[in-house]
Amino acid sequence: MHVISRRIGFYIATAIAAVTVDFLIPRVMPGNPVSAVLSKMQGQVVTPATLRALQVQFGSGTREGAWGQYTHYWSSLFHGNLGISTSNGLVPVTSVIRGALPWTLGLVGTATVLSFAAGTLLGILVAWRRGSWLDNLLPATTFFQAAPYFFLAFLAIDLFAIKLGWFPPGSARNILDFPAWNWTYISDVLDHAALPALTIVIASAAGWIVGMRNVMITTMDEDYVLLAQAKGLPKHRVIWYAARNAILPSISSFSLAIGFVVSGALLTEIVFSYPGLGFILLNAVQEGDYALLQGIFLVITMAVLVANLVADFVYVFLDPRTRREA
Amino acid sequence: MAIGTSTGTSTGLGGGPADTGPLPVPDAPVRRRRLPRSPKVLIGLGALAVFLIIAVIGPWIAPYDPTRTFSTTASFPLPPSAAHWLGTTQQQQDVLSQLLAGGRSTILVAFVAGLVATAAAVLIGVTAGYAGGLADDLLSMLANFFLVMPALPLLIVIFGFLPQSQGGDDVLIGLIIAVTGWAYGARVLRAQTLSLRNRDYVESARITGERGWRIITFEILPNLIPILASSFLFTVLYGVGTYTALAFLGLVNPNHLSWGGMLFYAQVAGAESSGYWWLFLPPGLAVALLGTALALLNFGIDEFINPRLRAAGLTRRRARQAGLTGSARPPRRFVLGVTPVVRSEPLTAASGSASHHSSERNGVRADLAAPGRPGLNRLWRGRSPR
Repeated sequence: MHVISRRIGFYIATAIAAVTVDFLIPRVMPGNPVSAVLSKMQGQVVTPATLRALQVQFGSGTREGAWGQYTHYWSSLFHGNLGISTSNGLVPVTSVIRGALPWTLGLVGTATVLSFAAGTLLGILVAWRRGSWLDNLLPATTFFQAAPYFFLAFLAIDLFAIKLGWFPPGSARNILDFPAWNWTYISDVLDHAALPALTIVIASAAGWIVGMRNVMITTMDEDYVLLAQAKGLPKHRVIWYAARNAILPSISSFSLAIGFVVSGALLTEIVFSYPGLGFILLNAVQEGDYALLQGIFLVITMAVLVANLVADFVYVFLDPRTRREA
Repeated sequence: MAIGTSTGTSTGLGGGPADTGPLPVPDAPVRRRRLPRSPKVLIGLGALAVFLIIAVIGPWIAPYDPTRTFSTTASFPLPPSAAHWLGTTQQQQDVLSQLLAGGRSTILVAFVAGLVATAAAVLIGVTAGYAGGLADDLLSMLANFFLVMPALPLLIVIFGFLPQSQGGDDVLIGLIIAVTGWAYGARVLRAQTLSLRNRDYVESARITGERGWRIITFEILPNLIPILASSFLFTVLYGVGTYTALAFLGLVNPNHLSWGGMLFYAQVAGAESSGYWWLFLPPGLAVALLGTALALLNFGIDEFINPRLRAAGLTRRRARQAGLTGSARPPRRFVLGVTPVVRSEPLTAASGSASHHSSERNGVRADLAAPGRPGLNRLWRGRSPR
């Protein structure tokens, strides 16, 4: 299909551009990243091999030309080599990320889907009951939308974990638990994920509510909604007709929102000491672990691109007009 | 088209977006009708004014020097007291003074980011929309690339490599944030320029031999101002959030006072799990309220652009005050599903629950054939013209 192949082409181009940006940043920024990393690594033994790896990673002190460095970068990328993480005792970046990625995928993925569903439903409701007390929900959602995710995380921990004691205040699981597929472990993980997920849902649902409401209100003025009403269709059928048309812009703006949500979720992880990408990102920042920073950036970008592609597939599936255009 | 910017697409029923005054206050002069004066806008404007004043005079009205250490013996943050209205930090500095002094940097960065990003958005978006062709394709591709790429991780990498000495320069930080923040505005402006480009008055300007830049600045740009304002506010809002996030991560020089930096120190002190609420609540609330003010203003502009949203926010009482509804007119908000159309006519009542397609159509036709019927009449009047 033409539309889909064009979108895939765009995402591949974006992915290449992201890798290129990742390659360029340490080379065009002022300062010498290798010496910066070495100064942070005091107390660790730096072997010539490590030094060499760092130089290749950041492109200083090598005699290779820019293009040679670039192709080298790509080839090591395809070999699954993202460099060496210096903040965790010289282990490959990939293994550090592999340990953190499942937590982030589970938490952020679930929370994003939940907030999209809840926000869209609430948006429909608010639009349908326009002029009622539900309109007062909007200023409140505005506040939650404007507040930084991590500030809400602070509030959530202070209130629900410390004062009320309903949820554990941080971490992803009980240290003493042994990972296993039994109910004790799973319930423990869910228990720890509940509060961070709730924070992300509350913070990100506001955008979906407002977006859905605005489109829904415009849609409700369409003639086919009036006709559905004039036919005397039951209320839920009329709402369904309007909503399934109004949801399209929400899905197409998903690509705009997902980056924000993921960014916010990373910061939420930090406050909750949740051992996902956000948490190792903070470590990387504090320890000056540039290779890990770059690796996390690449992984997050690729994840966001894939999420976008999925949203595009859904959109093309839902809206026949996009298929006819092709 | 993006949410909240569905401009210029109103079909049939209403006029264009700019010339509609959907709240016909009978005595108000025409000029006043065009100003969005909803409570949202007023509250947003008022709050934003307060924040701007704090940004200017905050460092001067702060009761103490925000970096002064008050005690070398106390080892934990002190709760609010008469001497320190918002308590002290882990380093025994006055929180209120930091709050007042930290606003300047936060607001400056956000506005620099907003201004630069909006300028870039106009340049790129309007050029792409007006030029069309290959230039449009390339510029749109660039904008889409920046839209899709998650901005915060990119900024984190950039700031990570930025030497510490340059990490406290507000203008530089604003510029870097602007690099990641212009694309949304460019996309919206491009879409609107595309729709304006082929309007008759632009065509006639082109036929009379106006130059391209003149058409853009005098014919097209004035009609983009509401969208421009909206995109500016959006970018400022984005700048506030992003700067706070970067400072919270400790990527901005931590000695550089800002609200995000205060949250960074709150996190370092373990404020959330130790109950030191005065460390994170004041700066967090300040950021949230500043953001809310900007978002409320943005809502106002959205409602100005798309009048349907404005009427929707009215409660019944306020709508009546505005003269939209009276004893003669039914409420503007129609209650779907319980229309009298169904009840008054046996044929239609059957069709309401019928799954039969033919009977449904018949029922409606019967109604449409008799426009004098009270039920349908009421329905039409419920959709008051705009």
